[in-house]
Amino acid sequence: MLKLGFKSYIFKKSLWLFHFGGASCNNCDIEILDCLTPRYDVERFGMLLVGSVRHADVLLISGSINQKDKVRLLEIYKQAPKPILVVAIGACSCTGGIFAEGNVFAGPVDKIIPVDAYIPGCPPKPEAILAGIFKLLKKK
Amino acid sequence: MKFDYMSKPTIIPIGPYHPLQAEPELFKLYCDGEIVKDVKWETGYNHRGIEKLSESKTFDQVFFLVERICGICSTSHPFAFANCMEEIVNVEIPDRAKYIRSIIGELERIHSHLLWAGLAGHFLGYNTVFMWVWKYREPVLDLFEIITGNRNSYAMFKIGGVRRDIPNNLVPTIQKNLDALKHKLDLLIGVVMDDPVIHARTKGVGVLTKQDIINFAAVGPTARASGVAIDVRQDDPYAAYPLVNWKVITAEEGDVFAKIAVRLLEMHESVSIIEQCLEGLKKEKEGDIEVKVKNVPEGMGTGRAEAPRGEVFHFVTTDGGYSPVRHKVRAPSYTNISTFKKSCVGQTISDATISLAAVDPCYCCTERMAMVYDYYNKKPILSGKDMIKLSQQKTEELKKKL
Ligand code: SF4
Repeated sequence: MLKLGFKSYIFKKSLWLFHFGGASCNNCDIEILDCLTPRYDVERFGMLLVGSVRHADVLLISGSINQKDKVRLLEIYKQAPKPILVVAIGACSCTGGIFAEGNVFAGPVDKIIPVDAYIPGCPPKPEAILAGIFKLLKKK
Repeated sequence: MKFDYMSKPTIIPIGPYHPLQAEPELFKLYCDGEIVKDVKWETGYNHRGIEKLSESKTFDQVFFLVERICGICSTSHPFAFANCMEEIVNVEIPDRAKYIRSIIGELERIHSHLLWAGLAGHFLGYNTVFMWVWKYREPVLDLFEIITGNRNSYAMFKIGGVRRDIPNNLVPTIQKNLDALKHKLDLLIGVVMDDPVIHARTKGVGVLTKQDIINFAAVGPTARASGVAIDVRQDDPYAAYPLVNWKVITAEEGDVFAKIAVRLLEMHESVSIIEQCLEGLKKEKEGDIEVKVKNVPEGMGTGRAEAPRGEVFHFVTTDGGYSPVRHKVRAPSYTNISTFKKSCVGQTISDATISLAAVDPCYCCTERMAMVYDYYNKKPILSGKDMIKLSQQKTEELKKKL
């Protein structure tokens, strides 16, 4: 999908991130925020958490997706400028984790929208999140 | 002619996916010009059906499940559940386990309050405070990693004790980190308490009187900032809290500033509790951390714990088998969120966010409540399609109105 010269070029630097928190326990969301704070500081790579998915290059998804979130997730994915890199963060969004057997669970993220990278862990450490995103960028 | 402002309110939706919030939640502020006239909120974006899930897990597994109710207070829920199960089994845990439990509980309070202080700074437009405070939070997470092996979600609790010991030779390391933290806390308290802009933005904003707190049954720092000295650690002592010296921090004003002050001072109290617990650890025999519990009899129990946000309450019914028959959870944010009706109404929109943030709402904790509500109504909350359709309609309506 991203083999087009110009488009893969724009993924090289200054990625803008949009964070979608599904039905999570919050730890993943906080570890994502943690990546922005001084110890990990992804902003030095030009990465920025933005308020609207329309401005984003990367869609970070954390937490399991329940029936109510599913509609929102689809809508947000529809609004996102393409191409967009989708990263599933945490056991919950990769597979459903501990909530997969729940009565409102609507399927792991990759059953709903295409996912480019999975970062497992409950919660993954900020280092793992960074490593995941960089691996993804190198591959592109 | 009398102008009826309520007939044409402007609706400002905050959320569900709003940069201000780490978690999905929809607040609708009904405004007349700049002034908020009414607040409505819609939950369910975070519902995971935990109480139901719990019935399909064994008691040991439930600890890992309740830990994942909320990542920030990921020890309060196991704490309350452990208290609850120990009431059913009727065991007294060893003192060493009590100290370890309290240490983890208080470390969690510190990291949660720091996290909140950072976010509050962010809401006020003080990103420097946000960055700073989260930097100071890292050493606390490091301590967690040293003690439990994970930065969040500690998996320390079990029926009858704790899973891991804190070896005595680790105590000096912990103490060293705490000393560094104390220094940083002093710095932070000094900065926040003396900053004229923070005073201007938070004093007299989002005031909750003592009566409001009682009316809404608010708990935790939200209540303590309005002069209601309610704290489970003192009112219904558990773990090592009766064994150490500490006091409940309260303030009288009930505004956002008072809530900031209460939380900041509470962190110092927590550090002192941890230090006393570390002293206590030295006196106890290493490795004496649990009472073996072979089976759980039939019965009913309640457990409470003071989370960073207030009282966590667990209720469990057992039938002598391996898993709970009924598990009910009430998290503090459930009652605290309802105070928005009082604290936000009459404020300007710009003050509304900090008033919302001041109670430190935690939506992942609250979300199971939807289930209890529906239990009494005999209506399933997310009956698949109609529910989704309904919410779609609402989104559409909102879109049109804007
Ligand atoms: S993966 Fe674990 S830490 Fe992340 S949201 Fe799910 S339960 Fe929480």
